[in-house]
Amino acid sequence: MIKSMIKSKLFWPIVVLVLILLFNLFFDRGFFSIEVRGGHLVGSLIDILNRGAPLMLISIGMTLVIATKGIDLGVGSVIAMSGAIGAMSVAGAADDSILPLFTAIGLSVGICVLAGAWNGLLVSRVGVQPIVATLILMVAGRGIAQLITGGQITTVYYEPYSYIGGGYLFLLPFSIFIVAAVFAIAMFLTRKTAIGLFIESVGSNPDASRLSGINSKNIILMVYIFSGFCAAIGGLILSSNVASADGNNAGLWYELDAILAVVIGGTSLMGGRFFLMGTLVGALIIQSLTTTIYSVGVPTEYNLVVKAIVVLIVCLLQSPEFRKRLTGAFGSKKGVKSTKDKGVTLS
Amino acid sequence: MKKLFSSKLLMLMMLALLLVVAACGSDEAEEAGGTESDSTETEDTTETEDTSAETEGDTEEASSEKLVIGFSQVGAESEWRTANTESMKAAITDAGHELKFSDAQQKQENQIKAIRSFIAQKVDAIVFSPVVETGFETVLQEAKDADIPVFLADRSVDIEDDSLWVTFLGSDFVEEGRKAGNWLVDELGDEDEVNIVELQGTVGSAPAIDRKEGFEEIIGDHSNFEITQSQSGDFTRAKGKEVMEAFLKSDGDNIDVLYAHNDDMAIGAIQAIEEYGLKPAEDITIIGVDAVKGAFEAMAAGKMNVTIECNPLFGPQMVDLIEAYKAGEEIPKRVAVEESMYTMDQAEELLPTRQY
Repeated sequence: MIKSMIKSKLFWPIVVLVLILLFNLFFDRGFFSIEVRGGHLVGSLIDILNRGAPLMLISIGMTLVIATKGIDLGVGSVIAMSGAIGAMSVAGAADDSILPLFTAIGLSVGICVLAGAWNGLLVSRVGVQPIVATLILMVAGRGIAQLITGGQITTVYYEPYSYIGGGYLFLLPFSIFIVAAVFAIAMFLTRKTAIGLFIESVGSNPDASRLSGINSKNIILMVYIFSGFCAAIGGLILSSNVASADGNNAGLWYELDAILAVVIGGTSLMGGRFFLMGTLVGALIIQSLTTTIYSVGVPTEYNLVVKAIVVLIVCLLQSPEFRKRLTGAFGSKKGVKSTKDKGVTLS
Repeated sequence: MKKLFSSKLLMLMMLALLLVVAACGSDEAEEAGGTESDSTETEDTTETEDTSAETEGDTEEASSEKLVIGFSQVGAESEWRTANTESMKAAITDAGHELKFSDAQQKQENQIKAIRSFIAQKVDAIVFSPVVETGFETVLQEAKDADIPVFLADRSVDIEDDSLWVTFLGSDFVEEGRKAGNWLVDELGDEDEVNIVELQGTVGSAPAIDRKEGFEEIIGDHSNFEITQSQSGDFTRAKGKEVMEAFLKSDGDNIDVLYAHNDDMAIGAIQAIEEYGLKPAEDITIIGVDAVKGAFEAMAAGKMNVTIECNPLFGPQMVDLIEAYKAGEEIPKRVAVEESMYTMDQAEELLPTRQY
């Protein structure tokens, strides 16, 4: 029972997540406390979920892309685009009508899905390497976002827009429900239908899958579109949370955080396998690490170094090779003996 | 459906798209080419450099008359910068001088090119806001050789030979920090214990370092003030909000004052404070720097206490300096921009007049 738990891809990420959260308890007794204030739940754990929502969404999209042996570097820029489009289209709208909100969501999601389709077409139809194909959008998307906002930080005064990233439903931040919904859809499609299997087979061998009757090209196209969709919603959450659009900084380096979350979650960059649940845990690790650094009070200059060290530890723990060496070093005599014995009997 | 997506057609479509994009790009290139051809045209005249002393004499006589001023701006990365550009442009043309403007788009090479073209066009003065601190020695030397005075605006350069420029007119960030500290001491100096949290700017940036230094200098003299937490919020709203949330969760009820290195972070933090269930400006005193429009809106709504001005509208001051220099006056190497401070009570009144 315990052995199978340790072998599970989810085990080590969850251990690290729990350790990070427990670590906070040393510095702040009230870290796990959650109370009702101003009509909604308030607490560090809620914050982590709320702040981590965009990253979780984007990582879900990224997981599927990586499962097809691809990579989507364009998500950060798509976030900026989506936020810019959303904020600009509701700028100056009257508070009493919620129609502009839906126009904004429709426009952002629509255009970002197109951006995802552009990536997908470049990769699947033209045959450009994913890293290069999506690099194009990474550069161009931010430019487009800056064009839309005119290089300025645009503030939105339209109240309903703030609901996406700053509103509350049943005491909880609304963004958590968005993540839950998208995650449920992704889980359902990949685990209850054949799509998940198709994605994995395309990831491990596109040619073989094509020959066995899977339309590899459309599968690849689809995952990039889905990634664009996730980034669009993530962008709306980020921009609506601060009620402004910032073409320069919104979503900056999110693509890298998302890739990291996917890798921490146990999905290999070589494609062929993916763990959506692991990705969620990975994204939560990154976010709780950030929150921890802020609340513990690590000096600003050391933030990134601390982050890097924790990430390194998680990645090492994820590697079976490293774990084997580690256990080998600790219980060296026993380990060596048993392998020797085996060697003898085998020969 | 499959035929629709036939690879040839798709390639064609993408090619067409690329062409459109390229066409858009070439417009810009043409524009840039335009300025370049300008400089090549005037290059012919530079050959008569020997007579430059003569023309220099001419301009000195006509100092109070029309000057040609070249202005190389960093780019248009923020509202602050745009306001700065507008102010400079307006001040130069309003004073009856001729303006040659160039936007470096955050690239040093563009800026060096622009300065070279200003030199070739024999402008009377060059104003520039360096993109980076270093690497301008050669081009500034060229300007000096051509007897063109260089005025630094907003940002300084890190060059040993300070004869290469006339003066640096820009905000004194340390002074801004001191002002914030002094205001706070005046306001809450009588309290027994004041816990301050600080939202720093981007790690390593001059405004972040200096605003921290100036503030700590004042606070350090008063033992009842203590900075309990200090983190970087990267000068952005989103980060400011996120960091403030973490501050609140770890020690929320003991925070008395928030000092943010810019208004955007303060605005983000205000949202976090409201969501936490406290009243910004009442439960937590909020100090911002920059005096952007958003801060005035927050102050008018009673959510922010004070903002220290970081004034981008120093165009007129710069023109005065250039004219004074041309009239032969002695000018100090460092001139601080005239800046003030705005509190909550003034906000409502001033809000409509804010340009940025």
